[in-house]
Amino acid sequence: MSIRRFALAALAGALLAGPAAAQTLLNVSYDPTRELYSEFNAAFNKHWQAQGNDAVTIQQSHGGSGKQARAVIDGLRADVVTLALAGDIDELYKLGKLIPENWQERLPQASTPYTSTIVFLVRKGNPKGIEDWDDLVKPGVEVITPNPKTSGGARWNFLAAWAYAQQKFGSEAKAQEFVAKLYQNVPVLDTGARGSTITFVNNQIGDVLLAWENEAFLALKEEGGNNFEIVAPSLSILAEPPVAVVDKNVDKKGTREVAEAYLDYLYSEEGQRIAAQNFYRPRNPAVAAEFAEQFPALKLLTIDQDFGGWQAAQPKFFNDGGVFDRIYQAQ
Amino acid sequence: MSSITLTASASANAARRGNLLGRRLLILGTWLAFMLFLLLPLLVVLGEALKQGLGTFLGAIFEADALSALKLTLLAVGISVPLNLLFGVAAAWCVSKYQFRGKSLLVTLIDLPFSVSPVIAGLVYVLLFGAQGLFGEWLQEHDIQIVFALPGIVLATLFVTLPFVARELIPLMQEQGTQEEEAARLLGAGGWQMFWHVTRPNIQWALIYGVVLCSARAMGEFGAVSVVSGHIRGYTNTLPLHVEILYNEYNHVAAFSVASLLLLLALLILLLKQWSESRINRLKAGAGEE
Repeated sequence: MSIRRFALAALAGALLAGPAAAQTLLNVSYDPTRELYSEFNAAFNKHWQAQGNDAVTIQQSHGGSGKQARAVIDGLRADVVTLALAGDIDELYKLGKLIPENWQERLPQASTPYTSTIVFLVRKGNPKGIEDWDDLVKPGVEVITPNPKTSGGARWNFLAAWAYAQQKFGSEAKAQEFVAKLYQNVPVLDTGARGSTITFVNNQIGDVLLAWENEAFLALKEEGGNNFEIVAPSLSILAEPPVAVVDKNVDKKGTREVAEAYLDYLYSEEGQRIAAQNFYRPRNPAVAAEFAEQFPALKLLTIDQDFGGWQAAQPKFFNDGGVFDRIYQAQ
Repeated sequence: MSSITLTASASANAARRGNLLGRRLLILGTWLAFMLFLLLPLLVVLGEALKQGLGTFLGAIFEADALSALKLTLLAVGISVPLNLLFGVAAAWCVSKYQFRGKSLLVTLIDLPFSVSPVIAGLVYVLLFGAQGLFGEWLQEHDIQIVFALPGIVLATLFVTLPFVARELIPLMQEQGTQEEEAARLLGAGGWQMFWHVTRPNIQWALIYGVVLCSARAMGEFGAVSVVSGHIRGYTNTLPLHVEILYNEYNHVAAFSVASLLLLLALLILLLKQWSESRINRLKAGAGEE
């Protein structure tokens, strides 16, 4: 019997290895981009073939941004990474030497083809009357947000809350107090943004979800989406999810050309329009104007101007012993 | 005198009636618990899967990514179970037929995967074979991919299913002792002859039982495989991982359809298990009559 099984396994192995000859591209991405990239990949393939190339098989992997960066460092052979924040892609340079230090200068707008921000998703009719960040620290309000250690979105959430408190109270100590209070209202930290959305939307836990704007719009679009409303706070952060070619992997696999074309296409008008249709804020001014009505106008701080970039914010807030550890352990 | 017997038997009757009541309550309770915690969730899975009709259900199962997840799962089972079969027989043979130092330690260590969390099992392989791991550099130089590919998934599956075959065989083979094998040897049988004609018939049904349990676990493993999978859609997602992905994409019907496919495979395995178990029992009863 075992011999027959071995034969079967060998056969299946041969089948599995069969179609590997065509060029493949692996895009390792973060949680909420599933819908964006399944649409974009099809469009890119059409564009790529129209230029006289063979079709390329585009593989997708999704998960919490930090976790995904870790997997690429540990040997997941991504040709391109499209993660939630620059800090995670920096790790590819620091820990794995997979990309050069100046990776962010290689593409326009600091390698960020689309942006987003952090908004609130509340239950229909907003029963807890949540209008701004102050309402999140009130007793009895349950806030759903993922774990900043593993999720990029969660780190944007954290910084948006921090930015608000810092502006309002004018001191770091007060900001820390405010954010600590906010996290006392968090009953569960999922590892990724999508996990938190499922916790809030499907499992009906919590009063307010801190979410990527694109993720919040998407939740409204899904089945049962009319049970929720989006609330835009008075101030938030410009979330900039960057993209990069993973040099070490593309050079080994000989996929640099298609990988670079893939990322360039994100900046094309069609790429920008697909991003906007999936509720990401496009960089291209013409496309942005076209979709202007879709996005609430709110005051947005930036990571570079207000936090000194991820190089400074990551160690200060999120590394071991950083601000997040101190406030979360204190509970 | 007769009145005393009468009261005695009456009280015995009362006691029996009390026992009967207790027995019925226990049986009822067991059935209720079974239906509430096992049957109901399974029915919910099936109900959700069929919510939008048979067409959607079949569509979700025959979708390309689901099929590739099925293929990968069967492949991982097809490789890891035979290997575990070999290991299980060898380990049980050593433990039951030979005397050596450290034997009880070995028996304890075989159970290690039962007590180690699957997440750790997965991480161990990342630490060993990942790009930053112990053998990472060497593997990269030779262009060998272990974690985030099929070999890693098979290794993780092997780890969590290691004890199943050995655990089934060890007590049986210890009970049977070495006499029959010794007799075969004295009558001039070679090693393989002895194993095939004497040992194998004795352990065959327990072996099948172990393989069945091992396959069930290999098919359903989530934690360890999740760590080493890399989650590449259509390539390194096994069925359980694919179910999670579909669920996270708000694709409930598809998630539950694929889940019921897993369920179907599990039921099939359960039938196999029942069948091999009854064969073991018949064999044991036969041995008792001799």
